[in-house]
Amino acid sequence: MNELRAQLHEWRVAIERTLPPWWPRALAVLLIAFGLLLPQIFSTTSNFVNTEILALTYVMFALGLNVVVGFAGLLDLGYVAFFALGSYAFGWLGSGWFFKAHVHVLVHGPTGTLPGIHLNFVLILICAGIFTAFAGAIIGVPTLRLRGDYIAIVTLAFGEIIRVFALQGPSLKIFGMPVTGGELGISGTDPPYLPGVGQFSQLDIRPWYYTIFVLVLITLFVTIRVRDSRLGRAWIALREDEVAAVSMGIPLVRTKLLAYALGAAFGGIAGAFLGAYTTLIDAGEFQFGFSIFVLAMVILGGLGSVWGVVVGALLLSNINYYLIPDVLNPIPGDLGLNFNLTDLQVSIFGFLLVLVMVLRPQGLIPERRRKLELTRGIGETELDEPAASWVSVEPGEVVQ
Amino acid sequence: MEARSLPSRTAPSVGRTALLKIRTVAGRWGLVALLLAFPIYFLVHDLTTGYPGYAHGHATRVHDLTYLGTNIVQGISNGAIWALIAIGYTLVYGIIELINFAHGDVFMIGSMTGVSVWSGIGLGLATSTLGLVVGLPLALLVCMIVCGVLNVLIERVGYRPLRGAPRLAPLITAVGFSFILQNVGLLWRGGSTVGVSDLVRENKTVVQISGVVIHRADVLSVAVTIPLVILLGWFVGRTRQGRAMRATAQDPEAARLMGINVDWTISLTFLIGGALAGAAGLVYAMYETTIWYLQGFEAGLIAFTAAVMGGIGNIKGAVIGGLIIGCIQQTIDARVGPQWTPFFVFGLLIIILVLRPQGLLGEETREAG
Repeated sequence: MNELRAQLHEWRVAIERTLPPWWPRALAVLLIAFGLLLPQIFSTTSNFVNTEILALTYVMFALGLNVVVGFAGLLDLGYVAFFALGSYAFGWLGSGWFFKAHVHVLVHGPTGTLPGIHLNFVLILICAGIFTAFAGAIIGVPTLRLRGDYIAIVTLAFGEIIRVFALQGPSLKIFGMPVTGGELGISGTDPPYLPGVGQFSQLDIRPWYYTIFVLVLITLFVTIRVRDSRLGRAWIALREDEVAAVSMGIPLVRTKLLAYALGAAFGGIAGAFLGAYTTLIDAGEFQFGFSIFVLAMVILGGLGSVWGVVVGALLLSNINYYLIPDVLNPIPGDLGLNFNLTDLQVSIFGFLLVLVMVLRPQGLIPERRRKLELTRGIGETELDEPAASWVSVEPGEVVQ
Repeated sequence: MEARSLPSRTAPSVGRTALLKIRTVAGRWGLVALLLAFPIYFLVHDLTTGYPGYAHGHATRVHDLTYLGTNIVQGISNGAIWALIAIGYTLVYGIIELINFAHGDVFMIGSMTGVSVWSGIGLGLATSTLGLVVGLPLALLVCMIVCGVLNVLIERVGYRPLRGAPRLAPLITAVGFSFILQNVGLLWRGGSTVGVSDLVRENKTVVQISGVVIHRADVLSVAVTIPLVILLGWFVGRTRQGRAMRATAQDPEAARLMGINVDWTISLTFLIGGALAGAAGLVYAMYETTIWYLQGFEAGLIAFTAAVMGGIGNIKGAVIGGLIIGCIQQTIDARVGPQWTPFFVFGLLIIILVLRPQGLLGEETREAG
């Protein structure tokens, strides 16, 4: 096994040596070109493009969560809260939900005369980002001084509280209007309108694809630039050793809050986009399972590794939205077994989490720094050492 | 060397220790005051405004403490179940500092096993008292063994290989196992709540004390919990294995040097925690007379809140926390509406973690010292 691994490593080094030094950039350009051309191959309402739109949205979610979990090392089990808040931001600002208000900003066509708050799509995305960034900072405040696993529980609790509010929204009123649609949801959202593209519709889903594609590119750019900045290094320093980082002068409160805020902003924008795309914002979607789904993407790809997370998110969302329901689902039936594969979705992801953590904790494409950590075993305790190391000591033998 | 450096470490400036002491006391009593705010508010509300009820055959507003008493009785009986689950969290956290996320789902599997066992051995609505007296302890034993072994297996597969890894790694596998178990429950009993036969006629009145009715279900849950907790206290406090558990919780390396088999002790801890969750599962199935695959998720969070409230790592704390959270939950269920209960429970969890992470009785973990 080890020989095989060494052989593979040798080949990889050899291949990397033959490639020109600019190959990562060339690959990135190629991938972007491929991404741009992809929807042109398929029809305007193709199921595959629809899956890819969802997959790209999840890439954005996963990149946002990666800032919090991967860079700053704060395990967030309540990421669904930002998806919910972003979606509701879209529902509130881009539909007739608040029917008593008459606000129209830069909207086009008949939407301009409808009751409710109607903002331009781009404005809504920006508002959703700012709104969720604030929410992220608010969630960040109480978790700052807690230890790692307590952070996980507090964020989870926040996620559940947001879900309770989403479900009970119809009974909460602002100026006599219900806050959320509960399980029935907020429907009748405005179709986005962009100059030069026109009104988005469900009959031609290519504009949606290009919108989320551009959003993902922006997210990637911001994530990579921030990672390599002073702030990104501060996050990684805090993740590695909080006491040492703080004694080096890193402001704990501000650094952690910024991680939460940035991660939340990406989640909120992606959530607003998803709300616009599905045209229905219902509280039933904001389940704990969503947080785990996105976390599984980050962990599968490699905590902290930007490209790993992209690959992880694309893989898992394609498995979840295409492979399991459309391709693999009839297999148990063909084998004469009486269940749907979609029923197993939850445990497939659970199983994946366990498998990745036990067998390959660094993920598919590990972050360079974390790879070093895991192979050198920083943070190991004595407990980890096999008992044999001291059991095998002979009587009278000198122990170092 | 050690001796000389000691005084400077143990004697910080006097003003600082006084301040710390004040903070500790204020924190504990602040939390107690926060928890007492609920019953006192409802007590005053019941005595002044009253609550809708029946008197002399027609609807009216009643001004007495019966309603609050009922809330508290139901809260204690429900809290006894939470206490059993919370002990599992607290034991595991005490010994390996891991929030065993899958614990709530082990409890759910316990409920489902219990229902299967009792219908398997033919217990039903028509079973006589004698049949129940023989059959239910058997079902309880099976549940405890199944859940204990399940918990040990989870530890063996998911947590032990990661014992030296960063702290988040086992937490993530725990979440993974939680999802796997939920899926097992989903495939086993379907996606909606399943009613199970009401073996003990849980709504039958046992005794009525000045208007407060104590049902069979209340007696049942307390009657199962108290012996188990006493047994656990004896085991941890008085036996050799219990001492090994405490030693491992305090310092695994030193314990290993003293000849304690740390791996075995950790497995034993998971066995005990799982067994208590299994017992809680069976009692819950009889208490609520419904089961479903997501019951473990919410129960787990409530029980975790209870464990943190009492002070994680602290068995007494887990029991007291369970009873308190049970009372809060039943009161909110009855007066505000069950759909708001998660909001109050999780809000309380956040407040406790922020203001007093060591809980009511103080945590007993390595980090706390």
